[in-house]
Amino acid sequence: MLRGTAVAVAGAALVTPTAMAAARTATAGMTGHGGHDGHGGHGAPAAFDEVYQGRRIVGKPATGEHAAHGGFSASIDGKELHLMQNADGTWISVVNHYETFATPLAVTRAAVDKLRGAVLVPIAT
Amino acid sequence: MAVRKNQATLSATEKRNFVNALLELKRTGVYDGFVRTHNEFIMSDTDNGDRVGHRSPSFLPWHRRFLIQFEQELQKIDASVTLPYWDWTVDRTANSSIWGADFLGGNGRSRDSQVTTGPFAYSTGKWNINVSVDNRPFLQRELGAGSAQLPTRAQVDAVLAMTTYDMAPWNSASDGFRNNLEGWRGQGRVHNSVHVWIGGQMATGVSPNDPAFWLHHCFIDKLWADWQRMHPTSPYLPAGGTANVVDLNDTMRPWNNVTPADMLDHTKFYTYDR
Repeated sequence: MLRGTAVAVAGAALVTPTAMAAARTATAGMTGHGGHDGHGGHGAPAAFDEVYQGRRIVGKPATGEHAAHGGFSASIDGKELHLMQNADGTWISVVNHYETFATPLAVTRAAVDKLRGAVLVPIAT
Repeated sequence: MAVRKNQATLSATEKRNFVNALLELKRTGVYDGFVRTHNEFIMSDTDNGDRVGHRSPSFLPWHRRFLIQFEQELQKIDASVTLPYWDWTVDRTANSSIWGADFLGGNGRSRDSQVTTGPFAYSTGKWNINVSVDNRPFLQRELGAGSAQLPTRAQVDAVLAMTTYDMAPWNSASDGFRNNLEGWRGQGRVHNSVHVWIGGQMATGVSPNDPAFWLHHCFIDKLWADWQRMHPTSPYLPAGGTANVVDLNDTMRPWNNVTPADMLDHTKFYTYDR
């Protein structure tokens, strides 16, 4: 119960302008390293927009469908990377599903490494 | 009664029959349906929402039912075929016979991780990757290339010694046998680290694209059976009334007509060779 409540509060905080601004500030302050790791379960993860290994990766707080998966969406060259947050605050993606990463940025960079230049495609369901 | 065997003990004929049945399911499209179903559950099972196939107590009965359904499809092609299991505590290198050209084929090549040997190599034209998260149409593996190690027998034994099946909050944060076996916590990160060790599609939500998926999960299923034998009075948990979680007598998606209780005794369906 406590865990669910904490996540619900974090999810609500994600959509407030203050939290958004805080996330941007955190991004600016952590460029190039993995600072703020371990805080994923307790507040808004840092937004990012950078070129990594030649790929443009963007991550930002999200609402609606994505809120159920940690309230954060990421993309690689404009194609959505499906992310999920674990109960301990770590992150996985559909590309690295069985290995946890401290932040959305780390799991998105790991997906770029694994793609080796390939293009993400939506799963046909 | 069908007997599931250690893959290392299969005869050349048994390997060939298993491979041919896999190729036939792939040709008819039945195989890709299993990949699609698995990924749908991977993406929808969440720690704070509905969870059925993964990160929850029903991880084990869900995959038991999934493997039975797959094995039944193989047996429609060749009634002699059963799923083999891969004991990665013993056969733990890229040179093990499981990766031979007469069975699952070998490691991916360095340039693009593409598997180029064995019956599932892209060049055969018989194993295109159709249900995928990216646009690469070939099977990939990166055996042991990442940071993950295959679990050791000692790590597995430590998990088998746990007497409680599962614990609140019934997700990836739980202590107990199920989550330590699934590998979201604990020494060796047992089931999860095997997916990571193989790499390629096995590390993704579309992991059943690699036939190694079935041999890995067959061994996980056997470890559940071994655990039950060691702890005959330890029940499946939770027993009832748990939000978002499949209790003992709740039905499981996608079948909706099977419960964890129905899956507890594997000897109704098959036995293991030891």
